[in-house]
Amino acid sequence: MDEIVSLLEPQIPGLRRYAWALLRDNEAADDLVQDTLERAIRHWSQRRRDGDLKAWLFAIERNLFLNAVRQRKSHGVHVGVEALENAPSSTETTESHMGLRDVLAGLDALPEEQRSVLLLVSVEDLSYQQAAQVLDIPLGTVMSRLSRARGRLREFMENGRNAVLRRVK
Amino acid sequence: MTGERPIGEDDLQAFVDGRLEPSRYQTVKAYLASDPARAEQVQREIEQRDALRARLAFKAQEPIPARLRVANIIAAQRRPIAFRLQRMAAALVWLVLGGAIGAAGGAWWTERSSQPAVQMAVADSAIAAHRIYVSERLHPVEVSGDQEAHLVQWLSRRVGKPLKAPDLNAQGYRLIGGRLLPSGAEAAALFMYENGSGNRLTLYVRSSVGEGETAFRFETRGDVSAFLWIDEGLSYVVSAKADRAQLLPVAEAIYHQFETTSGPAKDRL
Repeated sequence: MDEIVSLLEPQIPGLRRYAWALLRDNEAADDLVQDTLERAIRHWSQRRRDGDLKAWLFAIERNLFLNAVRQRKSHGVHVGVEALENAPSSTETTESHMGLRDVLAGLDALPEEQRSVLLLVSVEDLSYQQAAQVLDIPLGTVMSRLSRARGRLREFMENGRNAVLRRVK
Repeated sequence: MTGERPIGEDDLQAFVDGRLEPSRYQTVKAYLASDPARAEQVQREIEQRDALRARLAFKAQEPIPARLRVANIIAAQRRPIAFRLQRMAAALVWLVLGGAIGAAGGAWWTERSSQPAVQMAVADSAIAAHRIYVSERLHPVEVSGDQEAHLVQWLSRRVGKPLKAPDLNAQGYRLIGGRLLPSGAEAAALFMYENGSGNRLTLYVRSSVGEGETAFRFETRGDVSAFLWIDEGLSYVVSAKADRAQLLPVAEAIYHQFETTSGPAKDRL
């Protein structure tokens, strides 16, 4: 019990941040984290002792998120999967009026697999190897996906700025 | 430099993340110096990486909500029955107090409508025994708690069902002992416990063959409170001079201990 607490709790801030970045809703994000922790505790004995705890936890969280997305898709309510894959910008801030865009709007412009690799590596500081484990893809694919994600984010931020400047004229 | 690996997108990504080894870092830096357009893109990506980290940092700095504390989650997983019991008990109090009978509560009420009279009689006997024996200074029990095995064996035989004296140390109560009581034509067992401040509680158990299981029921007679329930052919009444909130965890602990003795977990509650 002490071992579980001392190993799991340091991971909670990161798990909350990743969940919030995916969902943008405080309660829903903490629901996702709670589900993740419950599952981790239930399956604690099955976890590989030599395995990477951080990668294991983020993999559980992402899989639960994807399940929820799929479920919502199959029930056909509220949001289609396209909307979740390409969430509309919900983060118009005053910056955007000045020609700068909230980086979260750029994040929303990415498909989920690119969003996740960016968040896991850039924000959660997972190693490329850990990210490969979470996303269940080869290391090489992590690098090319990360490259595409950053390229697309960069283009979005630049084009978005141009679009805003044109409108101001 | 001859023989060195050409620059790849993996190098550029690792450069953005600041994860290159020093020698490779110098190589990539030299490469970018010769390609200003590429260098400009990489610089943008570094800025956006920093912006994303800064934008999301607040979430990892928030205090962790209580419901995400690992100890709380573990406790909730270990005590699902107790939790549901508590909810059920709370719902029942509403029933009794307000007469606001919801659909589920109403079903429970009508289903058990023949039982309250019997249960009330059991509660009355149990609370009366509680009153008489807890105030007894010289002979509160017939067999003392240091002969627990003998006590339990004897009472089990007389009541006609395997009993046990629940361990209530976690609730601060120590077994003093027990006695045999008449209950109509049958026998009932009374276990007595005492806490550090000298408060006593009793657990009254008698056979209830043929009567269905019930949820917790809370009763008071003057200053004595009791929780009663029927489970696996036994009626239980736990009584003390305590309020509902103090007594409920004790009742739950007893319920739980008998449940684990009597085999498979029930999903009734």
